Amino acid sequence: MITAERKPMEEILDFIKPYNSILLVGCNECVTVCAAGGRKEVGILSSSLKMAFMKEGRTLEVKELTLERQCDPEYVEELANQIDQVDAVLSMACGCGVQEVAQRYPEKMVFPALNTKFMGASESQGVWSERCRGCGDCLLGITGGICPVARCSKRIMNGPCGGSTNGKCEISPDVDCAWYLIWERLKAQGLEDKYEDIIEAKDWRPSWHGGPRTIIREDLSE
Amino acid sequence: MKTESVLEKVFKSGKLVVTSECGPPRGALPEKVKEKALLLKGYVDGINVTDNQTAMVRMSSLAACIIIKQMGLNPILQMVSRDRNRLAMQSDIIGAYAFGINTMLCLSGDHIHFGDHPMATNVFDLDSIQSIQMVKKMRDEGKFQGGKDIANPPKMFIGAAANPFADPFELRVARLAKKIKAGVDFIQTQCIYNLDKFETWMKGVCDRGLDKKVYILPGITPMKSVGMAKYMKNRVPGMDVPDEVIKRMAGVPKNKAIEEGTKIAVESIQRLKEVQGVAGFHIMAIEWEEKVPEIVERAGLLPRPEV
Repeated sequence: MITAERKPMEEILDFIKPYNSILLVGCNECVTVCAAGGRKEVGILSSSLKMAFMKEGRTLEVKELTLERQCDPEYVEELANQIDQVDAVLSMACGCGVQEVAQRYPEKMVFPALNTKFMGASESQGVWSERCRGCGDCLLGITGGICPVARCSKRIMNGPCGGSTNGKCEISPDVDCAWYLIWERLKAQGLEDKYEDIIEAKDWRPSWHGGPRTIIREDLSE
Repeated sequence: MKTESVLEKVFKSGKLVVTSECGPPRGALPEKVKEKALLLKGYVDGINVTDNQTAMVRMSSLAACIIIKQMGLNPILQMVSRDRNRLAMQSDIIGAYAFGINTMLCLSGDHIHFGDHPMATNVFDLDSIQSIQMVKKMRDEGKFQGGKDIANPPKMFIGAAANPFADPFELRVARLAKKIKAGVDFIQTQCIYNLDKFETWMKGVCDRGLDKKVYILPGITPMKSVGMAKYMKNRVPGMDVPDEVIKRMAGVPKNKAIEEGTKIAVESIQRLKEVQGVAGFHIMAIEWEEKVPEIVERAGLLPRPEV
């Protein structure tokens, strides 16, 4: 899923200071799962913003709405009948959702309440870690199911580098060495010989280096 | 011979090779580069010039290499893939070769996290093994990494690093084998203090016959103080400093520490000379270049051969 964290309160308040009413829009997908921008977080942020305004002797009107999927035009349409009643929109979705709302309602100021972080998985209660960078050409089939693009700090395709210590990355003892994990997996699968196959220089065109990406499925598109 | 590199010639002569390194200054100080290089003149066969080492901005390795080349010495262009994509790397390689620089070292580089620009972006378009492949392709096929022909391709003698002490240890020979497969000609290792472990690694290297395919120069770094020894043990990733070395450095009065550190370096060289597969030494006296001649001399590595 896409993970996100709420921005600092001061930054959010700076965005909405000029306004008296906002639409605070959550999303029921990834950001709900990572407890950053679902219905519950919308309620909490709404109360905090109102209180912050009250402290300044002002009143903030907040309309709360959590869409099924903010990155989907079909659901973003649900804002149409409320958008004119507010001065601005504060989105608690990932960057995709914020942009979808901004694109549909071009006259309205749309602000992000979250910092979108990464595509990751839940490690334990309240802990998420990066797993995928969306490079567009998945290597997991030859790297023991562990991604060096997302999980090696130096994106090394033929690791581990000389900084790997006790299974940890040179940048921090809290970061696993991806290549240590890859090697452990290859061993567990009896694929030690595979390690010496050189992974050739990566073609970054399918990734973000090739410019903004689009998927067109002709069988599905109109 | 693959190249005109003096290093390649000395290796081929069968004599032990000696290299050292210069860290370029943090400013436009060409005299500083000359000063450091001059200290090494006549004592080494090649001078590594670091490339923004520890992710701190310094004079470019290429510029400092050119200065050293113009002094009639043999610079080794270090190139990390952290700061440059494959276009920038190849253009610098051609530029270096245009100035007669014919020996280089392909590295990934310390992570940006360690330096004074931790807010910068990492490039890592290639890793060190892929960099080796690229430089070899430029030399042997006369082609850019992207596949097009190069006019007057750069003939680089290709080096890389190896750290026999990084984890997992069982992979360290295999990773060297990968660098050899990629086309590396010589290897300079991480600083060696744990000689037993180095010898275990070298045995693994020789058992696979890899010592016949690549020239290996163990890294030697003299300790200045017990503080430095402890720092290297505890703070430098991938460094293995055994307790006995710390004890030796701690066991002498402060004013004898430098002599003790020098002695350890000289003794290490003398012991490692006898190890199968050791083709010479890479003496890295960090910001202490003036120490190198003494170590080279006391270790019996003089005179340097004329080739």
